[in-house]
Amino acid sequence: MPKDDIKEFRLVGTRPNRPDGLDKVTGRARYGADITAPGMLWGAVLRSPHAHAKILKIDTSKAEALSGVKAVVTRADFPTGLTGEEWNLQENTMAGEKALYDGHAIAAVAATSSLIAQEAVRLIKVDYEVLPHVTDVDDAIKPDAPVIREGAADASVPEGMPPNVVKYFEFGRGDMEAGFKDADLVMERSFKTEATHQGYIEPHACLGQLGADGKGEMWVCTQGQWFIRQMCSAVLGLNAAQLRVTPSEIGGGFGGKTTIFMEPLSLALSQKAGGRPVKIVMSRSEVLRATGPTASASMDVKIGMTKDGKLTAARAEFRMQGGAFPGAPVDMALYCSLAPYKIENVEHIGYDVLANRPKCAAYRAPGSPMGAFAVESLIDEMCRKLDLDPMEVRLKNAVREGDQASYGPTFGSIGLVEVLEATAKHPNLAVPLGPNQGRGVASGYWFNHNGETSVSMAISEDGTAQVSVGTPDIGGSRASIALMVAETLGIAYEDVRVNVVETGALGVNEPTHGSRATFATGKAATIAARAAIKEMCRRAANEWGIDEDAVEWVEGAAQPAGPNAGNYPPMSIKDIAKNMGATGGPISGHHESVPDGVGASFGCHVVDVEVDPETGLTKILRYLVVQDAGRAIHPSYVEGQYQGGAVQGIGWALNEEYVYGKDGRLQNPIFLDYRMPVASDLPMIDTMIVEVPNPGHPFGVRGVGETGITPPLPAIANAIQGATGLRMSHLPMTPTKVLAALKASQE
Amino acid sequence: MSKIHVTTVVNGDEVEFLADPRETLLDCLRDHLGLTGSKEGCGTGDCGACSVTVDGVLISSCLMLGVEAQGKRIETIEGMANGEELHPLQRKFVEHAALQCGFCTPGILVAAKALLEKNPDPTETEVRYWLAGNLCRCTGYDKIIRAVMDAASEMRGAA
Amino acid sequence: MDFHTPSSFEDASKLAAEATGLTRFLAGGTDVLVQMRSGTVLPDTLIDLKLIPGTQGITRTPDGGWRIGIAVSGARLGDHAELIADWPGVVEGMELVGSTQVQGRATLVGNLCNGSPAADSVPGLVAAQASVEITGLTGVRTVPVEDIPAGPGKTTLQPGDVISGILIPPRGEHAGDAYQRFTPRTEMDIAVAGCAISLRVDGDTISEARVAVGAVAPTVRLVPDAAAALIGSTLDDAAIDALVAAVRAACNPIDDKRGTAEFRTEVAGVLAKRVAKIAYGRAKGEAQ
Repeated sequence: MPKDDIKEFRLVGTRPNRPDGLDKVTGRARYGADITAPGMLWGAVLRSPHAHAKILKIDTSKAEALSGVKAVVTRADFPTGLTGEEWNLQENTMAGEKALYDGHAIAAVAATSSLIAQEAVRLIKVDYEVLPHVTDVDDAIKPDAPVIREGAADASVPEGMPPNVVKYFEFGRGDMEAGFKDADLVMERSFKTEATHQGYIEPHACLGQLGADGKGEMWVCTQGQWFIRQMCSAVLGLNAAQLRVTPSEIGGGFGGKTTIFMEPLSLALSQKAGGRPVKIVMSRSEVLRATGPTASASMDVKIGMTKDGKLTAARAEFRMQGGAFPGAPVDMALYCSLAPYKIENVEHIGYDVLANRPKCAAYRAPGSPMGAFAVESLIDEMCRKLDLDPMEVRLKNAVREGDQASYGPTFGSIGLVEVLEATAKHPNLAVPLGPNQGRGVASGYWFNHNGETSVSMAISEDGTAQVSVGTPDIGGSRASIALMVAETLGIAYEDVRVNVVETGALGVNEPTHGSRATFATGKAATIAARAAIKEMCRRAANEWGIDEDAVEWVEGAAQPAGPNAGNYPPMSIKDIAKNMGATGGPISGHHESVPDGVGASFGCHVVDVEVDPETGLTKILRYLVVQDAGRAIHPSYVEGQYQGGAVQGIGWALNEEYVYGKDGRLQNPIFLDYRMPVASDLPMIDTMIVEVPNPGHPFGVRGVGETGITPPLPAIANAIQGATGLRMSHLPMTPTKVLAALKASQE
Repeated sequence: MSKIHVTTVVNGDEVEFLADPRETLLDCLRDHLGLTGSKEGCGTGDCGACSVTVDGVLISSCLMLGVEAQGKRIETIEGMANGEELHPLQRKFVEHAALQCGFCTPGILVAAKALLEKNPDPTETEVRYWLAGNLCRCTGYDKIIRAVMDAASEMRGAA
Repeated sequence: MDFHTPSSFEDASKLAAEATGLTRFLAGGTDVLVQMRSGTVLPDTLIDLKLIPGTQGITRTPDGGWRIGIAVSGARLGDHAELIADWPGVVEGMELVGSTQVQGRATLVGNLCNGSPAADSVPGLVAAQASVEITGLTGVRTVPVEDIPAGPGKTTLQPGDVISGILIPPRGEHAGDAYQRFTPRTEMDIAVAGCAISLRVDGDTISEARVAVGAVAPTVRLVPDAAAALIGSTLDDAAIDALVAAVRAACNPIDDKRGTAEFRTEVAGVLAKRVAKIAYGRAKGEAQ
């Protein structure tokens, strides 16, 4: 199955060294915090210690008087009158009338050193009136919960809903009553998941400069330089074209670096400090307290199944809090939760609820893992009850091309059946289990995404190619794009350089998000390369004096399309490039679009665990990821996405969680207590790349980044049930929770 | 707030800098010496991105003050390759795709090098426990472990 | 912040006594630097003890015990085969503190003086009946390790007191010790519960024992009832049950982000059982 064995392509499917590898193993690669500028100042941010408080007064006089301090900003320095999501972004960047969560920015300082900036922050005095707060989603949705913000609900919310409900979703099809009546077993369960953080190892960092004339520059670690430009411009009332944003190398993002946090503060400070550049680097606790973790969820699922495993009806009602602003991915969770199944009768209800927590950002397949946890857990439990093989039940109900998805659209080419069939045959499923061990399986889904994309490709004088892309390389996309361009042009992989460029160099690009870089940027780069080929064929045709259509491009050279076209030796890309100045000037190709033809991706994971009955500790013994990649351009980085997604999911399932105290403060804002998996917690992560090519991409690419985080949550819960007989319905499944459940079951 | 003059050897070169005693060795490497290959991921010794060796001992440079570097010998990622020749670990990391974002990579390479100097033939479990203090959020560690094992094997063969 | 590098413990003691504001001693620094970074502790005076002669040494005392310098890192302890042969439980406790990188800096004394009830190296020292040598304004005195912690983040050390060495008694024949802790992750975690046991056997019978628990009370705690449950037994099921019950009875933990009181108490008992078996095996010379 791995692409390597198929010799359809010369380069696509091979595993060359990544172009940025040398820089990244020698410490030369420059990330967000790694550059300095002449005259640079250091910024630091004062943050609210309260979950919910009215800001009565901010006294910055002592900070301003400290030697070395060059600027202090508060919300009073920002433009007023913003509305909608722009207001949300501004309010999240810096608190206005109220601090809405522990860590909410209150003021910022720029000084000649980091130590002075931090000292100045401690000298700012804020008078707060502490207000009642709420952090749990089930508490926040109560009618008498503290109100985070009046009038934040949009038109989707029916009259009479609790005050913190800001969006409401309701959709479905079929006849629910009839569907449940057709079932031999109907089960209903409630589930909860806690908020987790993307946990990228690089804290947010930026170096911003803004003059009195409104012209600015920014160096920043981000998944999307245009998003930074647009959001900073909106929040500060700038002319977007005057702000030039250059992305640094990025130390992980997983969705969390698709928005702004302290970036506008560096620009505001810079402008106030006479245009001196201001660098702000977050500490880890700032990252955990005040960037964009994912939502926490409370979910009810009801499913009907016949005794031979046919799903007859499913109802999902999800409540999520995504912090003090609208935007919890409850809609995405609903769309994805039942997507692997062909069910006639489905009902989805969702509530987006405000709470005193930081504004959630995207996190790898936003929403999908929570929904999958609920649905895949319940389906597994029903399989056990009816003594059915969970793989067979998944296959029996699997969606195929042409089926209507649970959330409405009709699926194009998809590979769920192929994934399930490949999984069922994998040797991991035949490994015998010992005492206290269990095996769990679960499926997962992500739509994948296209988004605005602009790519430019130019032929160099020596016949090599440079590609300018707007999607930062987080996990090897330079390599995959270079492979596709080199394949298309018929030149060596090493003869292509892919540059991630600043906002001034291309049209608008959406970030590297939604598993889109290899799909959308890759597709645009391929089309741009084809445009350059067309031009090179034209140059050759002119040279030979034959019709342009009589020239074809074969193995990196123009040649007459047949004996009738003329008898000329092939003209190589090097020959054409060498003379391009004399034959019409530079040769390049561009492509701008929102590329169509997105191909959705399904995956299936199988995990074996052992649970220590005396401590409740769950150990991962074996882990398998099977997923449809469409086509793996660089299989190593596809495997890497599968493995990384799985391990993030393992963390979410077992140990990671935002723990808020009764005071509404985050209790675990350091890596010691925010327990992400470490190397010794894990086995090797086995992978199998299934390739059902996406007809919407020149090389068949789907996206591969996101689906992999979805199945681990339910797969591990299902394995724990296999090991212990316990159905764990609240993540994370910490030893404390598992042992308490074991004790309760023995009583 | 008086600064302290520090003389130390970094990657074989004698260097001097003025450190505020509150600054960590990591701050001094990055901000005073321009050696930004060592990264700050946490500032609490929990992520390993700032790993360096001091007199041959692997440490987190965020947990040592710059002023404590006086008279020590420090090795950072910038000193790992021998001129143009990469250390086998560096080469194997690229070949195995053992990095995605690459931010944790310098610290993991420095830590892995210290392991192989102490134990040239580690088991997978030994590698995993040695590197437990180096968080990687991208890879799930699989390819990192494979790259270290492969580099160890090559280095043993070459010895 | 003033930074000092005294060359004797007497000087260090004097500096600390004379300093105004907040003073911290620096050994490995793995706690102090974290506190400084987060702003929770911003010392006015920092006294680095590592340049004092003898602080890096691990030496046999004339009576066959050990003196461990205050700047000896976990990594150095873990490399010391002779010390490990005598006191594997003491060393394995220290080696659980933080990562390989943290091991390169962290010290026993630092772990003790940080005052955490979850300090992994302290139960092993308490079980081993170790003591610390304190240099104070009035001279040098020796105090049992279990008398140093006073509560979370607090010690019984007085202004001007500085620990100048750790003293571990001679191991003697037919004895063994062990330490285990429970954490949700395999590494890089703070103990949710910990237990150290040191014991001696006479044939199959346990003749001496000390049991210490961590992370289940405001300080690391010596549990004499648990030791009594072991002494005179051959570690049979009844003795283990009594040990587990005594350990759980000694627990007085809190509910926090790391675990519930109920969980900590339960698991402390489980650890006691597991650790007793290892220590017993070691005492009998069985490979562990």
